[in-house]
Amino acid sequence: MGLLDAKFEKGGVVISKVEDLLNWSRLSSMWPMSFGLACCAIEMMATNASNYDLERFGIFPRSSPRQSDVMIVAGTVTFKMAERVKRLYEQMTEPRYVLSMGSCANCGGPYWEHGYHVVKGVDRIIPVDVYVPGCPPRPEALIGGLMKIQELIREEEFGGKREDAKKRLAAKSAPAEEVIMMQHPYLAGSAGQAKKEKEVEEAETAA
Amino acid sequence: MQPKPLTIDEIAAIVRDKFGDVISDPVKTPTAEFFTITDLEYLQAVMYFLREDDRLKFNYLYCLSGVDNADGTLSVVYHLESLGIHGHRLEVKAHCTVEKPEIPSVSEIWRTADWHEREAYDLLGIKFIGHNDLRRILCPEDWEGHPLRKDYKVAEYYHGIRVPY
Ligand code: SF4
Repeated sequence: MGLLDAKFEKGGVVISKVEDLLNWSRLSSMWPMSFGLACCAIEMMATNASNYDLERFGIFPRSSPRQSDVMIVAGTVTFKMAERVKRLYEQMTEPRYVLSMGSCANCGGPYWEHGYHVVKGVDRIIPVDVYVPGCPPRPEALIGGLMKIQELIREEEFGGKREDAKKRLAAKSAPAEEVIMMQHPYLAGSAGQAKKEKEVEEAETAA
Repeated sequence: MQPKPLTIDEIAAIVRDKFGDVISDPVKTPTAEFFTITDLEYLQAVMYFLREDDRLKFNYLYCLSGVDNADGTLSVVYHLESLGIHGHRLEVKAHCTVEKPEIPSVSEIWRTADWHEREAYDLLGIKFIGHNDLRRILCPEDWEGHPLRKDYKVAEYYHGIRVPY
């Protein structure tokens, strides 16, 4: 994790790579664009407010795209709004990150079939780094997504490509299916469950 | 003034008395009671009368909606109330065809109707004759078609963005 939860036991000297220092300072001050598009925005506001207190991560909304490095697309992107979203994204300085919050921004959500006016996923107009599922996602989920961006920033190198950083990040993470399937008690018959049962059986026969 | 709510039959009788046979008989369903203005030429006159007559005084248009009946006709439904005077409410309908989707505007009679009529125009393509600012209100200006029409087909692309899922 960051420096906050590391211990300083031996006095005042910290040795680090410049790259790590820069990444650390960038990920500790991610400033999102302050705008919300629909009901998900309520949950984003709740995340900004005192209960969940995003400011403890150095995340607080800016009212100008030129001062922000993260865009939280919180809500339904209509075609009328799509051009504005795209323009705001283009006005942000690089490096910039996009977090797509909620089913609507991910894939159209409840409007996927009959929503003539809804863009079926904000990734049709701007590149998205992190998708947070849910309708709406709880504040914990949004914080999880923001921390995913922090992890991504931590992986980045000078002159390196975003894609490579993402690959390194993916290589480090546990595969989601396994984690979920192995631990989910109601998913009998799924691959993870079968694997777990097999392990239990093997353990029993060994004993 | 004490509230004296009139029934729909009484209201219809008052209108008939004044204009003759320009409205249908009142229809009563468990959820709504309404009559239809059959002669659109008289629509504005009837509406103005509903607002101004001392026995009626429908001073408040609390909703105006457009409907596609899926049989080649479109409707507009007006919800009226005599707010703070008699207290009675009334639903009035008017029909037009898909080929000639024209209905006289009531935006000069109730200001509420201004944006409501723009909405009905935007989503259903009903042209309100006499409305002085009939533009789209929800969809972008360059949107093609009227999305709540039953025969509306979603476009393949809008400004280069793919529309279907
Ligand atoms: S995902 Fe759900 S909560 Fe979020 S904007 Fe869409 S409908 Fe609203």
